[in-house]
Amino acid sequence: MLRLDCLRTVYSELENHLVVTIMGAVAAELHSLGHRPNFFYLQHAMGLASSTGLGLALCLPEQKVIVFDGDGSLLMNLGSLSTMARYRPKNLVHVVFDNESLLSVGGFPTATSTGTDLEGIARASGIPRALTVRTCEAFKAAVKDAIHGHELTTIIAKVEASGPSGYITDLSLLENRFQFRRHIQSLRKH
Amino acid sequence: MPVSLANSRLIYETLKECDIRLVSALPETWLVHLIRMTDEDPEMTLVRLAKEEEAVGVSAGAHFAGVKSAMLMQNHGFLASINGIVSFAHLYKIPLLMLISYRGSFGERDPWQTQGGNVTEPVLRALGIPYFFLDGVDTAKKRIRQAQTLAESSLQPVAVLLTRDLMWEE
Repeated sequence: MLRLDCLRTVYSELENHLVVTIMGAVAAELHSLGHRPNFFYLQHAMGLASSTGLGLALCLPEQKVIVFDGDGSLLMNLGSLSTMARYRPKNLVHVVFDNESLLSVGGFPTATSTGTDLEGIARASGIPRALTVRTCEAFKAAVKDAIHGHELTTIIAKVEASGPSGYITDLSLLENRFQFRRHIQSLRKH
Repeated sequence: MPVSLANSRLIYETLKECDIRLVSALPETWLVHLIRMTDEDPEMTLVRLAKEEEAVGVSAGAHFAGVKSAMLMQNHGFLASINGIVSFAHLYKIPLLMLISYRGSFGERDPWQTQGGNVTEPVLRALGIPYFFLDGVDTAKKRIRQAQTLAESSLQPVAVLLTRDLMWEE
């Protein structure tokens, strides 16, 4: 299963929600499908995409927030699972692309390649709904269910360790950040 | 416990006056009253963290959402947050109001706090983070307001060091 194919299956579902991605391949691939002002790409600060999603979800309970995380990033901030579980915002969907690899920095294997089970860690941290998917169809169904459901969900998507040839897009970090905030402010006025 | 209740209340009331509506925190002795006040206030969202660096992400999310936030942590928690501060708050120009208990400075009795006390200010300076001390009742309110104003106008992290003189009653 390719991450890009997964993203493609849910791209149309993302239009009315807030999306936060991690750095590298996830950001570049989502961007390649077509940037939208409701997408924020956290291009560094590994581990903090889920914390950002939590802050958004707690402050904007009427908005759905979708985080596209990765195994390398989440392993750097496993405590985030326990913090999310503690407040379990119903409007937060936490997707983790697990390619068992630190792909963006040379493809070194992460601990999920030797048995660390992120779904198990999520569940044991108290995330009310945690599941693992291995096909694009299952991915699409799981993300749609989580978006339309009312329960904090962590979806582990097992994907291949492959990505685009480069990660730099034509969207500057600050442009993305200011556009994202402005987009949220425009939603609040309606 | 000789943590100053009156001065904790003064700080808390100032945060409310500054329209802070979300506080993320990790407990430490000097912060117990502040955290309890946040927890008991229905107008306030308290995010209890596993590690302080998470607060950078939480506050960034709040900022994007248009909610003013503050971070409550010990100086060792600040030291634990540095990559988040540099690679998120600085890189993306995110305002952070960091209230940092300044442990390990003059008067510190706990040996384990002392090394962090030595390096807190040099690290703040190395990171280019504007900071000042909260050391007197007369100036506390004004300085917190000023710190928030600067964080919001400059879109960067600003630190307020909570000192022993203000937080501890001996």
